[in-house]
Amino acid sequence: MVATMATSFSAVQAATPPDTLVQAWQMDDIISLDPAEVFEFTASELLGNTYERLIAYDYKDVSKLYGEVAESWTVSPDGKTFTFKVRQGKKFASGNPLTAEDAVYSLQRAVILDKSPAFILGQFGFTKDNVKDKIKQTGPYEFTMELDKAYAPTFVLYCMTSSVASVVDKKLVMQNEKDGDMGYNWLKTKYAGSGPFSIRDWKANEVVVLERNPHYDKKAPLARVIYRHIKETATQRLMLEKGDVDIARNLNPEEIEALSKNPDIKVDSGPKGGLWYLGLNQKNPNLAKPEVREALKYLVDYSAIADTIMKHKGTVHQAFLPKGFLGANTDNPYKLDVAKAKELLAKAGLKDGFSVTMDTRSTADVTGTAQAIQATFAQAGVKLEIIPGDGKQTLTKYRERRHDIYIGRWGADYQDPNTNADTFAANDDNSDNAKAKPLSWRNAWDPGPLTAQTRAAVLEKDAEKRAAMYQDLQKSVLKDGPFIIYLQEIEVAAQRKNVDGFIIGPSFDTNSVAQAKKN
Amino acid sequence: MASSIANGSGGRDALRFYLTKIVQFVLVLATTLLGLVAVTFLIGRVVPIDPVIAIVGDRAPAHVYERARQELGLDLPLIQQFWIYLKKAVTGDFGNSVLTTNPVMVDIANAFPATFELATLGTLIGTLIGIPLGVLAAVKRGSLLDQFVRFIGLAGYSIPIFWLGLMGLLLFYAKLGWVAGPGRIDVTYSYLYTPVTGIVLVDTAMQGQWDAFWDAVSHIVLPACLLGYFSLAYISRMTRSFMLNELAQEYVIAARVKGLSEMRVIWKHALRNAAVPLVTVIALSYANLLEGSVLTETVFAWPGLGQYITNSLQNADMNAVLGGTLAIGTVFVLLNLVSDLLYRLLDPRTR
Repeated sequence: MVATMATSFSAVQAATPPDTLVQAWQMDDIISLDPAEVFEFTASELLGNTYERLIAYDYKDVSKLYGEVAESWTVSPDGKTFTFKVRQGKKFASGNPLTAEDAVYSLQRAVILDKSPAFILGQFGFTKDNVKDKIKQTGPYEFTMELDKAYAPTFVLYCMTSSVASVVDKKLVMQNEKDGDMGYNWLKTKYAGSGPFSIRDWKANEVVVLERNPHYDKKAPLARVIYRHIKETATQRLMLEKGDVDIARNLNPEEIEALSKNPDIKVDSGPKGGLWYLGLNQKNPNLAKPEVREALKYLVDYSAIADTIMKHKGTVHQAFLPKGFLGANTDNPYKLDVAKAKELLAKAGLKDGFSVTMDTRSTADVTGTAQAIQATFAQAGVKLEIIPGDGKQTLTKYRERRHDIYIGRWGADYQDPNTNADTFAANDDNSDNAKAKPLSWRNAWDPGPLTAQTRAAVLEKDAEKRAAMYQDLQKSVLKDGPFIIYLQEIEVAAQRKNVDGFIIGPSFDTNSVAQAKKN
Repeated sequence: MASSIANGSGGRDALRFYLTKIVQFVLVLATTLLGLVAVTFLIGRVVPIDPVIAIVGDRAPAHVYERARQELGLDLPLIQQFWIYLKKAVTGDFGNSVLTTNPVMVDIANAFPATFELATLGTLIGTLIGIPLGVLAAVKRGSLLDQFVRFIGLAGYSIPIFWLGLMGLLLFYAKLGWVAGPGRIDVTYSYLYTPVTGIVLVDTAMQGQWDAFWDAVSHIVLPACLLGYFSLAYISRMTRSFMLNELAQEYVIAARVKGLSEMRVIWKHALRNAAVPLVTVIALSYANLLEGSVLTETVFAWPGLGQYITNSLQNADMNAVLGGTLAIGTVFVLLNLVSDLLYRLLDPRTR
């Protein structure tokens, strides 16, 4: 019966149109498309392809910064005032010219709206009340930015590469302003940028459609890019093999393994700024002993996890700065060494081991990793009880410091090393009602002098000296910190053979379709 | 529900019957919904998930987090939060979903037609094939056909729909290419028509976009057959047992003795009586599908109610969960009413 019904469907398509790239992607975390608010992985990537920022970096060598909207910049002798020159002749997708007025408005707007990513700009002393005096237009294509301290120029510039520093079309946004909301309620679901593509449509949990921006300097080869929300990974694989999508973004290791044998498919990957780690709560008296912390670092089989459960998803990495960041330490000193761990446990007075729980998100990869760790812990008598839970549930408990061990993932907020140093190596106030709650706070760890060193590192002007300071910080945290970092995330995309030029960049917002094409 | 009316003039009694029905319906609806809201609200507030994380993300700074928490009213006592929600709900304001940023009812108005379309087709397939199969199995009890129907019923209960859906996709979509893949309609067609009812098949047909219509048919046929199979398994099994029960009744023997044809005995007399409990069975299975079959919707990337509510629940997006629960509650009560009315039509004793 199905056969006779099916033969009448002539509309079944074999492939996607040649000028359109279709991606299958889990994108149910999009809550906004406004650059002043976007902080989630998927939406960041969309903004990376549709907006331009003040500054950008080379995807192949993150240390190479260049101006995107900015043509050039100078720093005043006291190190506190940056003067930016805006490139002339740029246009928004709307056709409006892009000037310094738009750049200034965009930065002020992000600070005034004060959504999640606003702190990236707030680090330089900008507040709702002072930002209009601190960031000022000084000419049609020139503006200045006055900081509260003489921060390291690299720190300032890297922050200007993040999506919160995207330039929005002031005229268009103001046309849609309502009750002084700076167009927030409109831009949440709409678009006002100048990037290679414009956002034509977003249907939550269904589809995002990008269309080529005709005014962009370097015209995109593709007319359209469509992201389809396909939650089930097996479904993504089927659609890719069938040719109904050109790229599948969320495949699991077995699926990638199987697809890599398919002659029509190629698999591409790149390291990301995300880290997988265990957080050891220092409120637990056993975990608070330095010997125990170190012993546990010897009780994880790093390479086995990277080669099996997390194959295609991560590579062994142990320091808090991922490879690709200024000053990243890639030594990875720890490996599974049960004898050494037993010795350390004995020194801590726990010769026979101890029992401890781990809050574990019940997805296949996290649970698998947790079980592998459970097995190696057991070899030294540490009985690990895995408490499974939904992602948001384990996270809630972690944020309230009610866990023993938490297993999870941390993503860098922006491309500067301070982002991770600030959360792994600094903790200004370890009390329960602290204002700032970095990862060190979540694990009730007081890093002592490391906090001051972290604060000093953002002021170091010399890039080399600054990198060395982060090297030191990483060594201290590796040795004594309550974090067992085991992997750096790798992102994998399986693509049809005819897709060319899709770039998996070093951060979430640098996966680029700007120069992608189909042969 | 059976308001027995012994005698009297038919017209006025019918009127009174329908009036009571309406009042009853409104009362049942109101109490059901109130109960649902209260329970769901309470569950939502005691689940160990922090809803603020869904709004601002894990990496938000403390003051942004605090502000979002206050905006949600989470710092107020539970009872006060509930009262605020109720007051707004009565005026039709069910709040916004934090995940999609839309008002909850807009989201549901988007998601429900997708589920409705799929569930209706599934139930139609299940009913149109399931009843005849069940009747035949009962009549030819112990035959090969009967074994077959019982096997289908058993398989329908024991095979996970998730697995069957993936296998269906693998075979009919990936290998044979008979049907289109996951989703409701191909992206190339999705801008050819304007959504009016939200039911793609109806919208495309009304606007004469036949290419788009056939594309939508090709997308829905596999998940609809899958859901159809599951309701068929249930409906045929129940039909079989109701029919066996009826066929053993004396009136069937009497009808046969009267010399009526076997066809007439089975389809006119026995099935007519079995139809009364069957209505409930079909309504229940329909209601289950309308609730949104989460797994089918996930495998087929079908943007329906089941996926919406599950995803919202996982993010503690309680406005969305409450709105969804209310919508489903309303559907259940409505279906109950419809099956009540059908009872009255089918069974003269309830008139």
